[in-house]
Amino acid sequence: MTKNSSHASRIGQKSAKWIYGLTMFFLVLSGFGQMPLYKRYYIADIPGLKWVSDFYITHYLHYLAAIVFLGFISYKITDYLLAFRKTHLITLSGYIRGVWITGIVFSGACLVINNFTGKWFSDSFIIFLDLAHTGFVMLLFITAVYCKISKKKWIMARVG
Amino acid sequence: MSKGLSRRSFLRGSMAAGAAIAASTIPGVVSARDDSTQLATLLDISKCIGCEACVEACEEVNGHKYPNPQKPFPKMFPPRVPVADWTDKKDVTDRLTPYNWLYIQRAIVDVNGEETEINIPRRCMHCVNPPCVKLCPFGSAQQQDNGLSRIDPDICMGGAKCKLVCPWKIPERQTGVGMYLDVLPSLAGNGAFYKCDRCYERVAQGELPACIEVCPEDVQTIGPRDEILKEAHTLAKEMNGYIYGKEENGGTNTFYVSPVPFDKLNASVDIGPGMPHLKPVKDTMADANNIAAAMVIAPLAGVAAAAGKFYKLTRTEDVSKGGTQNDKK
Repeated sequence: MTKNSSHASRIGQKSAKWIYGLTMFFLVLSGFGQMPLYKRYYIADIPGLKWVSDFYITHYLHYLAAIVFLGFISYKITDYLLAFRKTHLITLSGYIRGVWITGIVFSGACLVINNFTGKWFSDSFIIFLDLAHTGFVMLLFITAVYCKISKKKWIMARVG
Repeated sequence: MSKGLSRRSFLRGSMAAGAAIAASTIPGVVSARDDSTQLATLLDISKCIGCEACVEACEEVNGHKYPNPQKPFPKMFPPRVPVADWTDKKDVTDRLTPYNWLYIQRAIVDVNGEETEINIPRRCMHCVNPPCVKLCPFGSAQQQDNGLSRIDPDICMGGAKCKLVCPWKIPERQTGVGMYLDVLPSLAGNGAFYKCDRCYERVAQGELPACIEVCPEDVQTIGPRDEILKEAHTLAKEMNGYIYGKEENGGTNTFYVSPVPFDKLNASVDIGPGMPHLKPVKDTMADANNIAAAMVIAPLAGVAAAAGKFYKLTRTEDVSKGGTQNDKK
């Protein structure tokens, strides 16, 4: 790898971290905004944050953040398969986080479909989707905190 | 206003029975037996005399579903969380409450130079794509195949999202009931929400909703949405009138037909808590649904970007290797 491409790779990694972090922040902010919490617990009273108690705004923002997130994870998965698969392994914590993200994406996609006109799923499945979506987010959050503290990476270099 | 079983309500009950028999012979009443077809109601408000027979019938049929809260209510945290207690105001019939899912809204307007009272039975519009159902974070608001939407009070947390996203602010809260009592009674939730469920049990059994069955003036008609919409257009043409509910919020399953423009009615009626407006309503679910297509495109863009990067990288490396070999030569 040339000096220039190595520099570009570092910038790319930093950008990816920022995109992932910011997207996650807005997904979580707008996702919890789907529950009536922000007005009750004074978050919407903070100057400049009144909009977080508007369910339509947070709903729209959640969709926008989800679009960026889907593009980002598709990029990272393809990037790994094409450029890193031969030299790097996905770690156990990487697989675990991958499972939680798959759950979030699947349940989220079903909820997006459900929001179109029509009766798409049974009432009990919709309740399951609501709970599963929140549950997977909580599991990803706990796993992410653990990985941050114990410095677990998504991928590691193959040995030998 | 008292809602006890008075002589007036007895007479209305008798009228209801008569109306029910008559309804079965009225060509405009379409069978509501098919539970997989979206059902809509047509309200010819030029016929409504404001007798409130529908309001009383609604209570008689749905009274067993009204809230029965436990008291004292849990102390709410933070204290600013409002307690909504209608238990001492069960008799209120001049607005929507957890104990009154239908009321008569009154407007005084000019019709052909004459001051006329127009009575409008108001309740849930049963939107075709109801935001109260689609955006409920707990799945407690539900839509049936036949288009009616209802709230299951047993799994409602009382967070008020259904009311806040409803363009007409229809659902009404009663504190002291619902799932929040078993979860975090002080910290999350605040009762349960109630609204018209269009007598879903009766409709499932092939019966008419109580308000339709009892009406002595045959104000309402129920049937498959496309047929009812056609009837609404025909009626509007006949009376040179106006339709409300066809376009509102992307379409509802309630069509009001009036000889007076709805902006005039809206200007005349009392509007406030429990008293919905008659303004035009944009499709509240459309903005987010319109960008949902990008969720399909985004992963493709991600794959294309990564593949492009890989191609560029391998090409750069090829050029670099080729350059090195040339240098060696």
